[in-house]
Amino acid sequence: MTTRWFGAPVQRVEDDRLLRGRGRFTDDIDQGALECCFVRSPHAHARITSIDVSAARQMPGVVAVYTAADLPFGGVDLPLLIPHPNLTHGRTQRCLASDVVRYAGEAVAFVIAESRYLAEDAAELVQVEYEPLPVVITPEVAARAERLVHDDVPGNVAAEMVQEVGDVNKALAGAAHRKKLSLRYERGAASPMEGRAVWARWLSAERKLTVFDSTQSPTSIRGGLAVLFGLPESNVEVIAPDVGGGFGPKIMLFYPDELLVPYAAMQLGRPVKWTEDRQEHFTAVNQERGQVHEVEVGFDDEGRVVALSDDFIHDAGAYTPYGIILPIITAAQVPGPYRIPNYRVRFRDVYTNATPTSPYRGAGRPHACFVMERTLDAIAAELKLDRIEVRRRNLIPPHAFPYEVGVAWQDGNTVVYDSGNYPELLDRALVLLGPRPEGDGVGMGLAIYVEGTGVGPYEGAHVQVLVSGKVVAATGIPSQGQAHATVWAQVVADELGVDVADVEVTSGDTRRFPWGVGTFASRGAVTAGNAMHVAARMVAGKAKHIAAEHLEANPDDLELVDGRVRVKGSPDRGMPLAAVAVLANPVRYAFGGGTEAATQFAARPRPGPPLQEGEQPGLEATGYYSPPGSTWASGCHAAYVRVDPKTYRLEILRYVVVHDCGRVINPLVLQGQIEGGVAQGIGGAFYERLAYDADGQLRNASFMEFLMPYATEIPPIEIDHIETPSPLNPLGVKGAGEAGVIPVGAVLASAIEEATGMPITEMPLSPLKLYELSRSLNPG
Amino acid sequence: MRVNGVDHPAPADTRLLLSDHLRHELGLTGTHVGCEHGVCGCCTVLLDGAPVRSCLMLAVQAEGHDVTTIEGLARDSGPLHPVQQAFHESHALQCGFCTPGFVMSVVGLLAQHPKPSAQEIDEGIAGNLCRCTGYASIRRAVTRAVELSK
Repeated sequence: MTTRWFGAPVQRVEDDRLLRGRGRFTDDIDQGALECCFVRSPHAHARITSIDVSAARQMPGVVAVYTAADLPFGGVDLPLLIPHPNLTHGRTQRCLASDVVRYAGEAVAFVIAESRYLAEDAAELVQVEYEPLPVVITPEVAARAERLVHDDVPGNVAAEMVQEVGDVNKALAGAAHRKKLSLRYERGAASPMEGRAVWARWLSAERKLTVFDSTQSPTSIRGGLAVLFGLPESNVEVIAPDVGGGFGPKIMLFYPDELLVPYAAMQLGRPVKWTEDRQEHFTAVNQERGQVHEVEVGFDDEGRVVALSDDFIHDAGAYTPYGIILPIITAAQVPGPYRIPNYRVRFRDVYTNATPTSPYRGAGRPHACFVMERTLDAIAAELKLDRIEVRRRNLIPPHAFPYEVGVAWQDGNTVVYDSGNYPELLDRALVLLGPRPEGDGVGMGLAIYVEGTGVGPYEGAHVQVLVSGKVVAATGIPSQGQAHATVWAQVVADELGVDVADVEVTSGDTRRFPWGVGTFASRGAVTAGNAMHVAARMVAGKAKHIAAEHLEANPDDLELVDGRVRVKGSPDRGMPLAAVAVLANPVRYAFGGGTEAATQFAARPRPGPPLQEGEQPGLEATGYYSPPGSTWASGCHAAYVRVDPKTYRLEILRYVVVHDCGRVINPLVLQGQIEGGVAQGIGGAFYERLAYDADGQLRNASFMEFLMPYATEIPPIEIDHIETPSPLNPLGVKGAGEAGVIPVGAVLASAIEEATGMPITEMPLSPLKLYELSRSLNPG
Repeated sequence: MRVNGVDHPAPADTRLLLSDHLRHELGLTGTHVGCEHGVCGCCTVLLDGAPVRSCLMLAVQAEGHDVTTIEGLARDSGPLHPVQQAFHESHALQCGFCTPGFVMSVVGLLAQHPKPSAQEIDEGIAGNLCRCTGYASIRRAVTRAVELSK
C-alpha cells in the first residue's frame, strides 16, 4: 500500500458548513414541530402523592400532557443496558415517575405545546404533591446504609466485586514497608456545549418513524424504538446530525425524552421536538467520577510495589442504567503502566439520591490514575526517594508485551496490554518539561497512564465508488466533533487511490448504515476506522477483478492510483475508477454518466451471464471490524505549577504531554483531541465540581457557578508522540479521544502538593478547597 | 430590525428572546444557544458591530438596530470571512457548536484591536466557552486571522 493520506495533517472537510452557520444540529430542525417541556422533581427523594395536570391540559396552545398513567409503557422499567452477574440489585427508572422520585431532576410529567414558551408556561401549572423521604447523598453515607435509596436494595449496594491477582495478604505481610491512603474523587459533569435534543416525525401512511437525536448511538436508539413500538427496524430511522459535543453522557438509552418525543409524534401526527435547557442538563443528564478509595500498599526499600489493595465505593446515583462498567474500568485501570505483582481490588457500587452516573470522558480512569499516582508519590515520600525514580522502578518494561494484568475488562475479557513503551514516554516527557522555573512556590507533577481503547463488539462501514468516480462511505457511529468525515476519508482514499476530497463520509445515520454500536470509549478510530479500511480494501479488490478482465491483466498486477486502476510498471495501461464503477453494474438502460459502456450490446470481455455466481452489482462493499480485545494507548503528562500563597490561585507554568496512540491517522485532529482533553481535565481537577447539599440539591446547576474554564484558565500544551502500533488491528491504531483527560488530576495533585506542602488526597481542588485545607492543617 | 443587511418586521411576541427570534422566526440557526444565561457565548451576534449575547436580549430590544449573525459574514458560497478561514486553517473547531459565537466575538475583537496582544486575545475570547478544543487552536486562529485580514 502506498500511503498518502494516512498520517497527513489533512484539514477538516467538516468545517465549511459549520463556519458558515449551516451546521445541522437537532434543535435546528423544525418543520412545524410541536415543542415540549418536562416537569421534574424538585426533591432528591420523595413519594409522589398526587399529580394534577388538568389546568395545564386546558391552557390554550397545549396539545398534550403526559404522566406515567397516560403511557402504554408507563409502568415499564427502562432497559438495564449492560447486565453483569455481579450487578445483583440493578435498578432503572421509568420514563415518568409515578410513585417515588429518587433524584432532583427525575422526570414526572411531559408537556407538549405549540411552542416552547407555552410548554414552559403550562409546565408551571402542573401540580405535583410530594411527601419528602430521607436523602442519601454521598457514597460514604450510602455505604453506611442508615437510609435506603431503594426499599428493596439492602445496604444500598447495587453490586459488589472482588478480584485478586497473586496473594495480597501474604505479600503485604512480607513487605518491608506498608502505607495506607484514603483518596476521594467527587462528581463532575461532561457539559457539552450543546445540550441534548430529540426531534421526531411519524409518517402514518408509510408507518415510518424518523428521529433526529443528539445521541452518541443512533443504531441502538433505533433498535430500542423498534422494539418498544413493535415496528420492523427498517421502519425506524435514527439520525445523529451534527452533535455539539458528547463526551459520554449522550450515550444513554433511553433518556425519557428519547421515548416520549417519538411516542408523542406518533400519537399527535405532527413532528415533535424537545430541546433541553442548561439547568435541566445539569440535573437530568448522567454525571460521573464520585468514588472513595481505601488503599494499602506494600513496597520494598527501593520503592518497588510488592502488593496493592484497593477497596473503593462507587457512587452510582439513583439508578444503574449503565450497569457497573465504571467501577469495572476503575478496578482494571488502577495498576496502570506499573508492574503490581499482587493486586486485590474490591468495589461496592452504591445508590445515592443523585443523578445516575454513566461514562464521562475518561470513564473511571482519571480516578484510577489518581489512586495509583498518589500511591507512588506516597512511597517516594516515605522512602525519601525521587518521585520519578520510584515510577521508573515500577514501570512495565518495553519487552514485556503482551502484558497480562489479570483482572476483568469492560468487554468481558481480561486486561492484556498489547503494546507500549512506558519508559520512553517518561524520558521524553522529562525532556519536554525542561528545567524547573525560577521562584518560590513552584511544584512539579507527573503521571503516567494507560487507557484501554477500541472496545468491541464491532463497527461496520459501507464504501461505494459512484459512476462519477466519487466515493461515498458510511458508518453507524456518529461524530460529536472528532472529524470522522475527514479521517475516514483518509483511510478510504488510501485504499482506493483517490483524492481525499473525493470521499464523502456519512456517519451516525441509520438510513445510510444501520448496524453498529456507538461513539464512546475512544473506539471510533479503532473500530469504524478499521471497518472503513476493510470495506475499502474489498472495493479495491473488486475494482481490480473487474478491471483485470478489461485490461487483460492479472488482478494481482494492478494498482489503484490517482483515480485509476492500472498495471503496475505500465501506468498507461489502465482505466478510470469511474469506468470500473460503470462496468460493475451491468445495465439494460443507459442512464447517463457513461453507463452505456455497461449495456448489453457493449463489448464484453467474458462469456456467460453479465453477473456471475457470487458476484454482486455495484462497485461497493460492506465491511466489518470486530476487535479481539482492547488496544492500550498510553501517555505521560507533566507540569510545573505555582500556587498563590494567599489566594490559592493556580498558575500552570508549563504542561507537557507525550502520547502514544499507535499509528496516527491525522496529527491535526489528534492534537485537537489532546489539547481539548487536557483542558477538560484541568477544569475537572481545579474548577468544576458538582456541589450537592445534604438534601440532594445540586447547588451550582448553572455555568455561573459550575466553573468551566475559559481561555484565560488554560495554558498552552506542549505535545510529543511516540508510536507503538497496535498488533491487534490492520491499521495499527489505538484510541485517543479520552487520553487528554485521564492523568490531569493526578499531575495537578502531585504538583500542588509540592508547591504548597499540603497533602492532596481529593479531587477536584479549587482555591477554596486549598484554603480550607490550609486552615485545617494550621488551625487558628 | 435589520439582520445581515435585510430589514425584517418587528417580532410579534414581546417576550421572545433575540436568540429564539433569529433561530426560529428568521431561520438563522447558525446562532446557537448553549446556556440561556449569558455565560457560554454560543449565541453571540454583532449588534451595531459589537458582540452581544442574543440570549440576554429580547428581540424587540433589537428594533432599530443592525444585527449581524454568522450567516452574514460570508456570501452564500463565496470565500470565507478571514476569521472563518483562520478557524478552518487552525483546526479551531471540533463539534462546531460554540464556533459561530467565537467567530462573532473574534470579529468584534479585531474590529477593536486589529493587532491584539496575547493577553488581548485571551481576554477577547474569554467570554466564550468551548468544551472541545482547549482554546489553544482558537488562539492560533485569532493570530492567523490577523494575518489574513492584512
